[in-house]
This record gives sequence, C-alpha cells and structure tokens, in this order.
Amino acid sequence: MAAHRCHFPALVLILWSLSVFIVADVQETTRLTDTGPSAASSQQTAAAGEPPAAAETRRQPPEEEDRRWEATEVEEAAPGDAPSDSQTSSAPETVVTPSQPEDDFQEELVIRPLHSGDIYASFQFRTVWDTDFMGGKKVSHYRLFPKSLGQVISKFSVRELHISFTQGYWRTMQWGQPFLPSPPGAELWVWFQDTVTDVDGTWKELTNVLSGIFCASLNFIDSTNTVQPSASFKPLGIGNVTDHRFLRYATLPREIVCTENLTPWKKLLPCGSKAGLAVLMKSEKLFHSSFHSQAVHIRPVCQDWQCKSTSWELRQTLNVVFDLHSSGQGKREWSLFKMFSRTLTEACPLASSSKIYIDVTDNPQGEQFELSPATPLLSQAVVLGDRRTYSVYDLTQQATFGSMRSLNMLLRWKSSDGDMMRPLLHGERYVAGYGLQTGEIHTLMYNHHPYRAFPVLLLDTVPWYLRLYIHTLTVTSKGKDNKPSYIHYQPSKDRVRPHLLEMLVQLPPNSVTEVTVQFERALLKWTEYTPDPNHGFYVGSSVVSALVPSVVAMDTNSTQERPLFSSFFPSKEESSYFVRIYTEPLLVNLPTPDFSMPYNVICLTCTVVAVGYGSLYNLLTRTFQVEEPSPGLAKRLANIIRKMRGVPPL
Amino acid sequence: MKVQGLTIQENNMGLLSDPNRRRALISMLTRLNAPICVVCYMAGVAWFMGLAFEPFTLRTYMSENAMGSTMVEERFPAGERALATGREFAAHKKKVGGMPVDWLVKTMQSQGLEVFTQRFSRTLPFPDENKERYVVEGTNVYGILRAPRAPRTEALVLSAPCSPGNNNNQAVGLLLGLSQYFRNQIYWAKDIIFLVNEHDLIGMQAWLEGYHHTNTTGMDWSPLQGRGGSIQAALSLELSSDVITSLDLVLEGLNGQLPNLDLANLFYAFCQKIGVLCTIQGKLQRDDWDTASGYSHAVQTMMLMVLKQASGRPWGDHGLFLRYHIEAASIKGINSFRQYKTDATTIGRLLEGMFRKLNNLLERLHQSYFFYLMPSLSRFVSIGYYMPAFGLLAVILLLRALDLWVQLSALPSRTEDGIADIEQSGPGVLSVLTPLVISHLTGVALYTLPIRSQEMAVEHFPVFETEAVVLTAIAIYTAGLALPHNTHRLVSGEGTEQGWRVLKLVAVLYLAVLLGCTALINFSLGFILALTLVPLAAFITPHVPKLLSALFMVLLSPGCTLFFSIFFFQELQETPVNLQEGWVLFLSVISQGILDHSLYGSLVYPLVALLVYPCWLLFWNILFWK
Repeated sequence: MAAHRCHFPALVLILWSLSVFIVADVQETTRLTDTGPSAASSQQTAAAGEPPAAAETRRQPPEEEDRRWEATEVEEAAPGDAPSDSQTSSAPETVVTPSQPEDDFQEELVIRPLHSGDIYASFQFRTVWDTDFMGGKKVSHYRLFPKSLGQVISKFSVRELHISFTQGYWRTMQWGQPFLPSPPGAELWVWFQDTVTDVDGTWKELTNVLSGIFCASLNFIDSTNTVQPSASFKPLGIGNVTDHRFLRYATLPREIVCTENLTPWKKLLPCGSKAGLAVLMKSEKLFHSSFHSQAVHIRPVCQDWQCKSTSWELRQTLNVVFDLHSSGQGKREWSLFKMFSRTLTEACPLASSSKIYIDVTDNPQGEQFELSPATPLLSQAVVLGDRRTYSVYDLTQQATFGSMRSLNMLLRWKSSDGDMMRPLLHGERYVAGYGLQTGEIHTLMYNHHPYRAFPVLLLDTVPWYLRLYIHTLTVTSKGKDNKPSYIHYQPSKDRVRPHLLEMLVQLPPNSVTEVTVQFERALLKWTEYTPDPNHGFYVGSSVVSALVPSVVAMDTNSTQERPLFSSFFPSKEESSYFVRIYTEPLLVNLPTPDFSMPYNVICLTCTVVAVGYGSLYNLLTRTFQVEEPSPGLAKRLANIIRKMRGVPPL
Repeated sequence: MKVQGLTIQENNMGLLSDPNRRRALISMLTRLNAPICVVCYMAGVAWFMGLAFEPFTLRTYMSENAMGSTMVEERFPAGERALATGREFAAHKKKVGGMPVDWLVKTMQSQGLEVFTQRFSRTLPFPDENKERYVVEGTNVYGILRAPRAPRTEALVLSAPCSPGNNNNQAVGLLLGLSQYFRNQIYWAKDIIFLVNEHDLIGMQAWLEGYHHTNTTGMDWSPLQGRGGSIQAALSLELSSDVITSLDLVLEGLNGQLPNLDLANLFYAFCQKIGVLCTIQGKLQRDDWDTASGYSHAVQTMMLMVLKQASGRPWGDHGLFLRYHIEAASIKGINSFRQYKTDATTIGRLLEGMFRKLNNLLERLHQSYFFYLMPSLSRFVSIGYYMPAFGLLAVILLLRALDLWVQLSALPSRTEDGIADIEQSGPGVLSVLTPLVISHLTGVALYTLPIRSQEMAVEHFPVFETEAVVLTAIAIYTAGLALPHNTHRLVSGEGTEQGWRVLKLVAVLYLAVLLGCTALINFSLGFILALTLVPLAAFITPHVPKLLSALFMVLLSPGCTLFFSIFFFQELQETPVNLQEGWVLFLSVISQGILDHSLYGSLVYPLVALLVYPCWLLFWNILFWK
C-alpha cells in the first residue's frame, strides 16, 4: 500500500509536466479520465519518474491509460480536493490522508462453553467498504479491504462469494447449531452479476484464481461437481436477482484443511496475525481441536438504514471446537492461554471495535462455571432462536487488560453435569446395502420441535458415477408417505455433470423424515480412478436449509448495531430463524479393478490370442488335401535305386 | 529360419486340425483314461498334502505400506483397571440377569463417547439346543469415539460379545478400558466404534444389518441412531480370564470368507513385537518343519482351517462382517497350563497397536491375499498354490466326460443300425431328464421340508422340535436312496446302454461345474467334496458289483462325508469322540447348519441340499440302471 502511495506524486508530476508541455494532450487525457474506461491493470507500476519516459509513454496508448486510471484513484482517495483541478494541484497536496474513512473493520471472538464440556470459539472479522467495484471506475486503492479479493470481485463480476474450508464434522447433537454452518471439506458458492455472459467460463477461472489465493485444491472444481441450486442458496446480501443461472455451487468433500490454508486466510486481515484477536491463531493449537472451519464471505450490504447505496462486506470467520478430553488431565478448565497458547495484549489498531463475548446464558448465578477476570459488561443477543447473555470484554478499553497488561480469561467448571440440548433440526446420512453393484442413500432429517411442523429445503448433489434410480425416491415421515411440495431434479450426465436433487419437504413435529433413493455404482474407465481407488469415492454433504420456529422473537431490524455472530443470516420474520445444516459426506466404494492385473491380463490375452485364435485361424485358412499314403520303406529304397538307374519311379 | 519357425508353429497348431493327430491323442486319452485318472487323483491329494510342507509355502509379509513401515508406540497402561471394570460389569450383569444396558450406557457416556443402543428380536425357526434359545430378544450397546477433525466417513470397530454366564467379562472390561484410553488420544483419523453385542452372532447380525440398513434374514431390529461412515476393519475380542497364556486368531467367516491376509499379518507382527504367544487354530507354530512331527503339525493346522472354512459358518463374531466387505478377525484369549502368562495390559497394548496401524490405513485393506490357507501363522498358501490340487481332481471329471463322449459317438457306428439309433434318441433325452428332475425335487424336499414339517413331526412322534427337524432331514436324505427304482417306473421301457452313458456324461459335467464354482468361492468345501465325489463319479457304471459299489457310494455321499469330517475335526482338535458322541455331534451339526442358513444366510446347507445331493443321486441312479 505504501508503494502505491509513493507512486501518486510521481504520476501526478508526470501529468502536470504533460499539461505544461503539450496542452492539447493534457486536455485529451482529462477528458478520457472523466469518462473513466477501465483498463487491464497488468502494468500498473510502469510509471517512470522523468519526463522523457513520460513523453515516450505518451505515444503508447495502453500505458497512457494506466496512468490515467491511477490518477483517478488519486481523486478518489482525496475527495476533499476539488476534482476539477486535481491535475493542476501540486503533488504533496493530493496525498493528504482521507478525512473520512469509507471502510471499517471490526473483530470479535465468541466463546461458548458447550454442554459436552468442549468449548466453541468463533472468530469473526468484518470489513465493510463503501465502494463500488462494479461501477465504471476501476478501484485500485485499498486500505483495509484485501486487494486480492477486491480484484477478484471486479474482474469476475462477483456479486456474492462464500467459501469455507472445514476440517471435521460439526456435531449438531452435542454442540447445538454453529453460528456459521459449513460442510466438511471445501465449499464454494458464488452469485455472479447479471452482466456476466459466460458464467461457466468465469466460474472456471474464478475457482482457479481462488485456488491460488487460498492454497487449496479448488481447481478440482469442474462441471462434474458444480450445480446450480434453484432454491437452497439465495443471496445473503442485498440485491434482487435470484435467477439461479448466475449461481454456482460446488463442494469438495475430500479437501484437507491445514496450515497452508490458514496462512493466506490470515494475510487477508488488516492486522495480519500481528495484533488483535488474530494473535491467538496459532496453527498448532487451532489444528489440535475437534473441529476447525474457516470461511470468507463477501456480499453487498446496505450502507445505512435507508439503503440508498451499497457497500461491500467481507466477513472472515474461523470456528474451532476444542476437545475437553484430549487436552488431558480431565480437569474442566479453560483459559485463553490453554486454548491458544497466547494471551491478548491489545486490539488491532485498525479495528473500530474489538470484542470478546463469552456465553454465560446457562450460568446466570455462576453455578455452572466461574469466569475470571469478571467483567461488568453484559450483552444480550438473539441468536438461532434463543436469547443468549454474554459477558463482553472490550479490547479497545485499556481497563480490560488490567494491571497485567494482558488478558487471559479463565473458565472453571464447578459441576460436571449438563444435559445435551437437542437441536430442533438435525440431519444424518448414510449408505445402505452391501456389495459393489447397488446401494441406497438414506438421508434422515429430525424435527425435534414438540408441536410445530416446518418446511425444509433439501439439496442433494450426487456425482454421476453413482447412478441414481430416481423412481425409487421415497420420502417418509412417521411411517407415512410424505409428498414433497417442490422437487427439482436434474439428472446427471456421465462425466459432465452431477445429479442435483432439491426438495421442499414439510417435517411433521417431533418426527424423523427419511429420504431414500437407490443407486447403481458405475464402472469407471481405468484412467478415471483416483490414485487411491480403494479408499472410496466421496459424495458431498446434503444441505438442509430451513426456517425453524423460534422460541423468542427474532430481531428483524438488520441495521441495528448487533454483535457480528448474530447478524449474518438476515432474518425477515420474527417467528422463525434461518438454519442451514449439512449432513455427513459419504464414502462409497466403487467396483475397483485390481490394478496389478494388467500384467496378468496381458499374459492371458496373449495366450488366448496365440492358442485360441491361432489354431482357429489355422483351421480356417488351411486347405485340406487328400494326401497320398507315404510309400513303404521297401518301395522308397526301390525308388532310389530306380532313380540312380535313370528309370521313372514306381 | 522364418520358414522353419512357421513349420514348427504349424506342427503345434496342427495338433487339433490334423485329424490323425487328434485321433491319436483322443485314443491315447481313452485308452489310458483310467490310469491317468488315478494318477491325477493321487497327484491332487499329494499336492494338497505338500501345501503344508514348509519349503513349499511362502512366508507371510505385510503388503500394505500404510501399516508396514509406520512405527507406532503402545502405551496402554490400565490393564488392571480394565479388569476391575470387567468385574464391575460382571456384577451388574448378574444383577440384571443379562446385558447391563444402563450401566454400559452410563459408563461409556462418562468416557465421552457418543452412546447408542439397538434393540432386536428374532424367533428362531426351531429351538437351538446347543445354546438353548428359541425366542431371542436383546440389546446392543455401542459407543462411538469421534475422531477429531474427521468427517465421519470411516470407522473401525472393536467388539466384545456379552455372553451368558461368567464368560467374556474381561473382554468387555478391556474394551471399556481401551475406549477410555483411546478417547484421550489425539491421533485418531477414523471414528472408533466400541460395540458390546448381546446373544453373540444374532446380536452382531442385528447390528450389522441395522448399520447397513439391510434385512437379509428377517430379523426385527430398531434402527441405529449413530453411525461412523464406512467401516474399514473390525476386531472382535473374546477373553474369559484375567491372565492368558496365548492369543488365538480366528479368521474363518461366513461361507468360508476370509479377511485380507494383512490383518493376520498385523496380528502376528504385534504378537512378535510385544512378545505374546500367538496361535492359529489353537496350534502354536513349530520350527522343526523337517521332522515328521513338525510336518504333521503343520498339516493338522492346515486341515483344521480347511475343515472350518468348509463348514461355511462364522467361527467368531467377526465372521458376519466379511459379507459387508469389512476385514475382520476374532482374537481369543486362551488360558492353558503354560507357565508364561500375559496380563491384560499387554493384550491392551497389542490391541492399541493394531488399532493405531489400522487407523493409519489410507485405503481399505486390499493389498494382500483374500484367498489363502495357513499351515501356521507365519506361513501361508496362496490361491495360486492350492488351486492346482483342486484342478488335478477336477480334470478327472473332464477326462471321464471326454471318454464318455467318445464312447457315445462310437456306439452307434459300432451297432451300425441307423434306424435303431433314431429310435433310441427319443427315450434317451427322457431318460436323462427324468432322473435329473426327480433328484432335484428330492433336493428341494430336503431343503424345505425339515423346517416346514416340524410341527407335524412333533405331533406324531415323541421328539423335540430340533430333533424333528434333523431326523426329518436324515429321513428325506435316506428316502432319496430308494428313488432309482421308482424313477424307472416312470420311464417306459428299459434303460439302455446309451442311456446311462448320456446320463453319466451329464452328471459328470454337472459335478465338474458345481465343484468348480464351489471351489472358487470356498476352496475347502469344493476340495473336500471333490475328494469324495470325484472317485465315485469316475468309476460308477451299472456294470460294477452292485452291493459293494452301493456301500462305497453311501460311504462317499455328502452326508457321510460330513459324518467323517466331524470325527476328523475332533481328532485334530485333540478331543476324540466315540461313535455315539459322534452321532450326537452329527445331529447337532446338521441342526446348526440349518440354523446358520436361516439366521445368517450361510449357503452350505442349500448348496448341499439343492445341488450336491441331487448330483450324487444321479450317480446313484446310474449304479442302479437297468
């Protein structure tokens, strides 16, 4: 960023000198600048300091355009100046720091002690920037918003981008609902702007670029695992385009998430992992847990309550569940240091808000666990249909850190009992049957609500090599046939696209709804097997999206200041809240040849060809003739003698 | 050179195309048919006996890289505590008078496992007198250790049966001790399922069917609530004393299926590493292979395996896993009078090591052999080595078939009476078809009637249900022997010389196909059947002395084969029985066979009743051809 700032005076100087020497040219430049065509920015830094170079570049239109583009950036960075005379104003004046920052960064950590004794830590970092990537002007000056992502948004005309990397499976039955759900492996879903013409091509390029940004195998996303859900993934930001032609959804259930994915993710943060909450992200601790999930969500949001203009929101979230048992000693005690092997000493200086929330709802009088240091600040928020109480630590206040100049919260349990809270919605999936020919996928959806029925949207994506027998699809609840009110099914094409099955099913109260469909396992071509074919082939999680009846009234005012973790999914009605759950991915064995067999096959084939075909060929082509019986020995001797005598043989 | 090569090839190829050479070959085969058959039979038996001779076998080796070079440390410390848990379990078991479900659930939950139960019930087709059960109801309890950061796609299973009486409490104790220890480790990549199953195999069957949501045997079970994805491997533990002298590995599963050899290798490797005596078929390994006693020891071990495999029944709880393509084995603790004892901590360490290596697996166990015989734990005979033994026996049938074919084609020309030939062909087909149909109907009766008519039998005769079933089976089997006379009543006219040859040709080819298919799936069963059926198939004609041959045939019939096998098996196990005990055992084995079929889907009983026995009846028919 500093490098960019250094270029501005130089660029302005060039333009200024140009205006002095060749007035006509300058005028033309200005006009072009005003129209602001966006140019390819491959040679942004090509600007040279001295006028000769400038004069040379004047004759090269592309570089000329580059410079103009940067110049507009100067205008934007300094809105206080009069835009009309920016070309004539002197260089130092244009680089004044912006008076009103248009971007804002907040960081937040929520810690929720779980009933199982495990502890759930959820980081959320939110950057909001009042800019328009899609407008006519090219955005190139970045302050808090990561430039790599900004460029991706503008280059690929992305309207909304959600990407998550998860290692482990969220145990809904033990842990309740997460703030932000994600399936095991990698998940990517993107809404493109409706100006995009070649969505598939853009999607292909985008996945490859993201693959580089996040050091992940997202480049394995191709048409065989991409679908366009018609109803399950609606845009989470503002905007009214819901034509699913512009939506692409893909999961890679096999993706392993580790430190090499965490590091680029951390680099997107304004403070990196140098200050603020991100200091806690030591990979050896984050990956010594029961569950690890990191995500990036980009979407357009309203700038204010009037929603006249939009800003871009980038949310980076990281969810970890630490395991009580494997941390040893059996003592139920947690501290920041024990979880992250770090304590906090400061907030990120760039953050406008930096807070730690600790869920103390189950602990109103401190009978379950003891929290130290105590904080007077309490906050209430409605999260996932439940009113929760949180102790809040504001890191921007020096008092939070106390005399030790470091914050190390300690949670010590007093009683060890705690009943499992049953989540209202819960899903499960498995493969039934045995043998390598057919099988059956069972998806179970549990509605634990005692008296309310609610509809859920089920999305199943099954690779083409499991050939679904869609006529065997059954949906049953409580032993009765449950007719889905909406079914969207797109059959697979071999080696081209997967099956997509979307259903809207009403779940009766306190029931299990079972969706079964039979499939046949395809025999792949021998080059299509993975290097470890006997491991099995993955089928991604099915997605259940639902509006679950809420116990307390949900907050529908989206503009009100709320903790980040409670404000991700917009809630449109007070009586229900949005939940998305993912089932387990499946590991399915396909019929696998013994790959040491080719040698044997070659030998066998050669033998069969040589003996079988050879003798048959011999029989077919040979001409049979009646042979004279060979003469006896005496006759032959006689013939020899006759030959010697010159007499014709007998 | 080229021309010469071509001529050589032509000479070779000409073997079939040249009528002279073909005739010479065929005449040699027909002329020397009997001696070749005898030689083949001898060679087959000799080859088979040679398999146990150590220089002819291969040493076992770990094929799976993921389990081979990776080092694991075994640190399980809490054997004593596990035994204490076992005693507690025993006390609760006694109090409840069965499976202490609540206690198990509470114990597993306190360890931090996800615990689930499954209820099941099953009414047996007839009372099982060996285990004294008829209506079986029970509960399986299992706890799942969720591997950290794993997406629930793969699992391993450790199971211990909750047996009646004082058995197996230590196994459950050790299972709980291991679950507690495993829960505190961080290296798990696959979920581990700790299963305590009631009513041994029936409970296991219910659990596996529930897990895979199949129902092959008509059992009632409640659906499972928790799963761990596809199961990669399973071990079943049986342990009835606090200290043991040796561990026995049981591999034979349902229908003679065996787990991948790498599982046996893994067990053997850890026994060697930890220093535990290990056996297979209850026989220790000996290194004096060059002595007669050493060789006979190896033969005994291998024969035990052959007999167990041929029986087609699961010889431990692991046996039912194999149907689901899950590699599984049972480990049995044996406490004999040996001096050197192994304590529970050591067994725990052994299991820990095995599980850690299984946990390292990247793919299913598939690298090593699935078809093998083991003359000792460190030696194996692969399919490529044992199949020739069977092949030598099977080739006899083909030679006989060729001989018959030649005779049949030569017969009409010898009579030189074309009109008679055409006349004969009509009843010829009928004379083959009638015995075929009748003997198969007898087979169907043998398969279906014993269970269906048990009530009637109990009503009319003073017997119990089990006895009724077994005795009905034996009665039908014996009644089949009276059939030939009746068969011929149905066919008008006398059986002809050609008629029996056609029938025998069909029967011989039928037997060859039958045995070939059986041997591919279950070598032992195929080989034992071939050993007895091939000689009688080869030499039975209507012209041999009737009485002697009939005795010979009855002795070699499948039923008698089973009877001898029981004596042989008892002899090998060093628990010889006298004739009366043998008879009782024979009856119980038949009832077990029928039960195994209806409870677990074992295929030996239907195979014998529907195919092998009718095939044998065909030969019986030939003997009494008139």
